[in-house]
Amino acid sequence: MYNEKVIDHFQNPRNAGEMFDPSGVGEVGNMKCGDIMKIFIKVENDRIEDISFLTFGCGAAIASSSMLTELVKGKTLDEAMKITNMDVANHLGGLPEAKLHCSNLAADALHKAIEDYRSKVQ
Amino acid sequence: MKRIYLDHGATTPMHPQVLEAMLPFFGQVFGNPSSIHSFGREARRALEESREKTALALGAAPGEIIFTSGGTEADNLAIQGVAEALSGKGRHLITSAIEHHAVLDTFKALSKKGFEVTLLPVDRYGMVDPDDLVSALRDDTILVSVMMANNEIGTLQPIEELSRICREKGVYFHTDAVQAIGNIPVNLKELPVDLLSLSAHKFYGPKGVGALFVRRGTKLGKLFFGGGQEKKQRPGTENLPGIVGLAKAIELAVVDIPGKAAAMAALRDRLIGSLLEQIEEVQLNGHPVQRLPGNVNVSIKYVEGEGLLLDLDLKGIAASSGSACTSGSLEPSHVLMACGLDHQTAHGSLRLTLGHNNTAEDVDYAVEIIKGSVARLREMSLLYKNYRRKNDNPQTGEEETSCITKK
Repeated sequence: MYNEKVIDHFQNPRNAGEMFDPSGVGEVGNMKCGDIMKIFIKVENDRIEDISFLTFGCGAAIASSSMLTELVKGKTLDEAMKITNMDVANHLGGLPEAKLHCSNLAADALHKAIEDYRSKVQ
Repeated sequence: MKRIYLDHGATTPMHPQVLEAMLPFFGQVFGNPSSIHSFGREARRALEESREKTALALGAAPGEIIFTSGGTEADNLAIQGVAEALSGKGRHLITSAIEHHAVLDTFKALSKKGFEVTLLPVDRYGMVDPDDLVSALRDDTILVSVMMANNEIGTLQPIEELSRICREKGVYFHTDAVQAIGNIPVNLKELPVDLLSLSAHKFYGPKGVGALFVRRGTKLGKLFFGGGQEKKQRPGTENLPGIVGLAKAIELAVVDIPGKAAAMAALRDRLIGSLLEQIEEVQLNGHPVQRLPGNVNVSIKYVEGEGLLLDLDLKGIAASSGSACTSGSLEPSHVLMACGLDHQTAHGSLRLTLGHNNTAEDVDYAVEIIKGSVARLREMSLLYKNYRRKNDNPQTGEEETSCITKK
């Protein structure tokens, strides 16, 4: 049901783990649908210098978290804000239809982390 | 890669003797049992011998067996058939909250056609309380359906007591015994059920064939129309290879059930014991004792079931889960929810169902793989990190603050 790229990101997740001194954090999801993601970002000169994630969820949730972190590392905050959940799914080569809405939330978590950072520096 | 199949609740591999018994019916014995020539008579003989074997294995009479396309069709035929036949007598039906969807959704469909359905609750082990049945029964109740063994958590229901209550009240009792046949002894001479469903591929027979036991004298309406096969209850040319396979499979399945069940239960308890001892925050779902000999269902907290299944599959372990992500719907298992589990615990459920070919080595190997997968997934699980933090620093409440103090 998952393609090879999704399986690769699930098996070898990029940037998984906690960040102890993040510039911003964003959490999305709920227990009812079974996927909860938290994105940590470190921002320097308006760029995402480092990013990591913690995810409780299905294969699609873990793979999309991993893919997102790979996509936005080094990007400016404005560039990162433009990335959508669909972009993440497309870079994974697609996700099963049922997973597109429930487990594909990584970009939302990232946007929350950026907002969190911006609210702190203002 | 070493592969271990621990999903016998989903389906079982066919017994070699079953395959052997079926083979002639894909070749030289091809006649239609309804034809009167020698080819047809040969097929008819095999059909009726299969019916006799199946009846014998269950303690039933041959005339009480209707072959179907499987468990789902048997359940539909039983429930819709009784509703059709007795709708003039009453329109109240009773079933349990943890039935298979083949039963539950059939009742749901009937509730949209003017029938009233009462769902019996279960306790935290997934057990129906006979007292709840007594209070649910009404003068207009026409059918009660409670499964013999649950497919997800393996809980065995007090079918003897439940069916006796119904017999005394003169209410038909149906049981979905799809998971039970071959695992626990069933003797329909003594058990007062009126209808019983079974499916061959759950007991090392072929897929696409099952049977409904209909006790003599039970009124059953018609769902299908066509020829005169299966007492006109299930018209259509019979799936003879499948039926022959079912008969051979049930004949083999009922040999020494207590002995086979005891061996499998020992393996099951070894698996349950290892999981509970070797992985933190694991709970057993279902009844500790009154459960299928091959069923293990645990909730592994802080990991999500589908992710765990995927990881196990990549390492050669075939299992299943009651997680929402595996069901196709967005809801976790109705069985686990009916047992009172919260969403998180239901999402972390893992079902391992043993078969006759599994060994103690398989079980120990699977435990090692599961331990590794759980550790890997927990390492990136937000919920696990939150749990550890709370456990390691019980004084610092909120995660955000503890995150800063660790800086």
